[in-house]
Amino acid sequence: MKKLMKGNEALAEAAIRAGADAYFGYPITPQSEVLEYLSREAKRRTGMIVLQAESEVASINMVYGAAGTGKKVWTSSSSPGISLMQEGISYIASAELPCLIVNVQRGGPGLGTIQPAQADYFQAVKGGGHGDYHLIVLAPSTVQEMADFVKLSFELAFKYRNPVMILADGALGQMMEKVEFFEQEERKHIIYDWATTGKTKERDSNVITSLHIKPDKMEEINIHLQKKYKEIEENEIRYEEIMCDDADYIITAFGLVARICTKAAEMAREKGLKVGVFRPISLFPFPYEQIKSRSGNIKGILDVEMNAGQMVEDVKLAVNGKVPVEFFGRMGGMVPSPDEILEALENYIAGGKL
Amino acid sequence: MNEEMIKTTVFERPKSLIDTDMHYCPGCGHGVAHRLITEVIDEMGIQGETIGVAPVGCSVFAYNYINVDFSEAAHGRASAVATGIKRVLPDKFVFSYQGDGDLAAIGTGETIHTCNRGENILIIFINNGIYGMTGGQMAPTTLENMKSTTTPFGRDASIMGYPLKITELVAALPGTYYVTRQSVHKPLNVRRAKKAIQKGFEYQKRNKGTCFVEIVSNCPSNWKMTPVESNKWLDKHMLDFYQLGDLKVPNEKEA
Repeated sequence: MKKLMKGNEALAEAAIRAGADAYFGYPITPQSEVLEYLSREAKRRTGMIVLQAESEVASINMVYGAAGTGKKVWTSSSSPGISLMQEGISYIASAELPCLIVNVQRGGPGLGTIQPAQADYFQAVKGGGHGDYHLIVLAPSTVQEMADFVKLSFELAFKYRNPVMILADGALGQMMEKVEFFEQEERKHIIYDWATTGKTKERDSNVITSLHIKPDKMEEINIHLQKKYKEIEENEIRYEEIMCDDADYIITAFGLVARICTKAAEMAREKGLKVGVFRPISLFPFPYEQIKSRSGNIKGILDVEMNAGQMVEDVKLAVNGKVPVEFFGRMGGMVPSPDEILEALENYIAGGKL
Repeated sequence: MNEEMIKTTVFERPKSLIDTDMHYCPGCGHGVAHRLITEVIDEMGIQGETIGVAPVGCSVFAYNYINVDFSEAAHGRASAVATGIKRVLPDKFVFSYQGDGDLAAIGTGETIHTCNRGENILIIFINNGIYGMTGGQMAPTTLENMKSTTTPFGRDASIMGYPLKITELVAALPGTYYVTRQSVHKPLNVRRAKKAIQKGFEYQKRNKGTCFVEIVSNCPSNWKMTPVESNKWLDKHMLDFYQLGDLKVPNEKEA
C-alpha cells in the first residue's frame, strides 16, 4: 500500500523497516523530522535505539562506537552538521565500519540557508574529512528512492564494510510523495568476527582503530582501502538514462534536479530538440564509462546542479574533451525551473558552445 | 594437604594484561592503572564481556596492553564512542580510559553530556596535569604557576585560565552515581584506586549510572623529574589542589 509521506519521514520509516539497530542524531533543519519520526515510532516497533546526542560531533562518534559492534547504525543531518561529522567519518572509513550517514543538504557556505542545495557534492564524493578515503554515495531523486536507498545503503555498507552516504537535499526531505515500503525486516543479531562484542577464548581481542603508527603498516591499510574502492567502482555503479538513445544533447544532473531536467528535456522535445537526461545515482562510484559511451553520438552535454558546478568536473573527466560540456546552476538554496534550464541549453546551442 | 596451602605465587601478571613491553616512560602511573583495571577484570571474570575505549594521548595504545575488545576513539570523543557501544550492547561492561587533555579539554562536551545522561559506563580519568604524548604542553588541569612547554614561566591564570576540576563538575550532575578521586603513587593509594575501579564495574552491572574514577598521576618525563621526585611532587602539589577521596557515593542501603 502506498503512503503519502515526507522524504525525511520516508528515510526514518525505511530504517525501521530495514531493521536498523540504532540511530544517533542532532536536530537541524531541514531534516529534523527524521529524529522526530524515529522518536515516535522506532523503539515501540522494533526496539531500535534512538538517541538525541549533544552535537553532531557526538552523534558520529556514537555511530563509530556502535557500528564497531557490528550493529546496523545510522545518523542523519544537514550540511553544517555533516561538516561537523567529517572527522568522525574519516575515522569510520579508516576503521572500515559499516554505517549510513544521510545528508539532507541545504544552501551554504557557512550557516547558509535552510533551503535545498547540492553544494556538498565535493565533500561527499571527494573526501570531506582528512586522508584518502571514499564513501559510497547514493543520490535519490524521489521520496520512493529516499526509502529504497536506506535499505540498499545498509546492504552496501555491510557488503564492503564501508560507510555509505545518502546525499539528498532539503526539497526531497520536505516534499510529500507517494511511497511504497518494503516489508518489515527483523533486527538481526549477528556476531561479526571483527566486531567489539566481547573477546571470546577462541580469538584475540578485536580492536577498532584507525591508528597505525608505523608508516609501512599505514600504507598497507591505504592500499587495502584503495583496492576495496576499486572493487566498489567495478560493481556498484548505478545510473538512470532518460530519453538518451536518440538524443542530440544530454543533460547530466543528480538528485531532485534530474527530475526538473527531465521536464526541461520533454519541453525541448516538444520544440523539436532531442534532449535526454543522464542521472548518476551512485556519485561514488561515478558512472564515468557510461557517460563516456554516450558522448560518441551527441553534440554536447549540459550539466545542471544546485551549486556552482561540482559534478560537472566529473562529467568533464568522463567525456575527456570528446564533446563540449557546459554548466547551468542555481546556488544558495535556489531551485532551477525547467524553463530556465531549457533557456540555458538553447542559449549555449545558439552561442555555438554546444 | 590442601592445594591452596602450598600455593606459593603471591604476585603475577593479571591474565588480562598482555605480556609485552609498554611504551610508557619509566615511573609513569599508566602502567599501574592498566594493571589495576586488568586485575579487576580478572577477579570479576569479565574479560569476555568488557569493551574498552581508548583515547588520544599517551594511553592511545591501551589496547596493546589490556586484553579485551577495544575501540580507539578520536581525541576527546571516548565517552561518546562508549555511549554508542553501551547503548547497543547494554549487557556488556564498557569503560573509557582518558587523559586530562582528552577528557577535560577537547572532550569536555562529551564528558559532561555522557555523565548527565547517566550512561552506564565507567570513565577512568588519568590526570597528570600535562599533555604527555605531544611533549609537555599545558593541560586543562595544569596547576597555577606550573611550568609546561606552553607555559614556560608557569601557568598564569589571568591569561590561561584556571585548572579545571572536572571531577567536581561531573559529581554535581544527577546522571553520575559514583565519583571519586584516587592516585597510584603509594601502595595504600594503589589499593584504594583498585577498589574504586572495582566499584565502578560493580555498579555498572546494576545499571546505576555513570561511574567516574579520577586517578591523579605523574608524568616524570614532562615534569622533568625522576619517578621518585615526581611522586613526591604529586603528593605535595597535585594532591593539595586535587584532593583525594570520594566526591559522590551511593546511598549504600540503596546500592
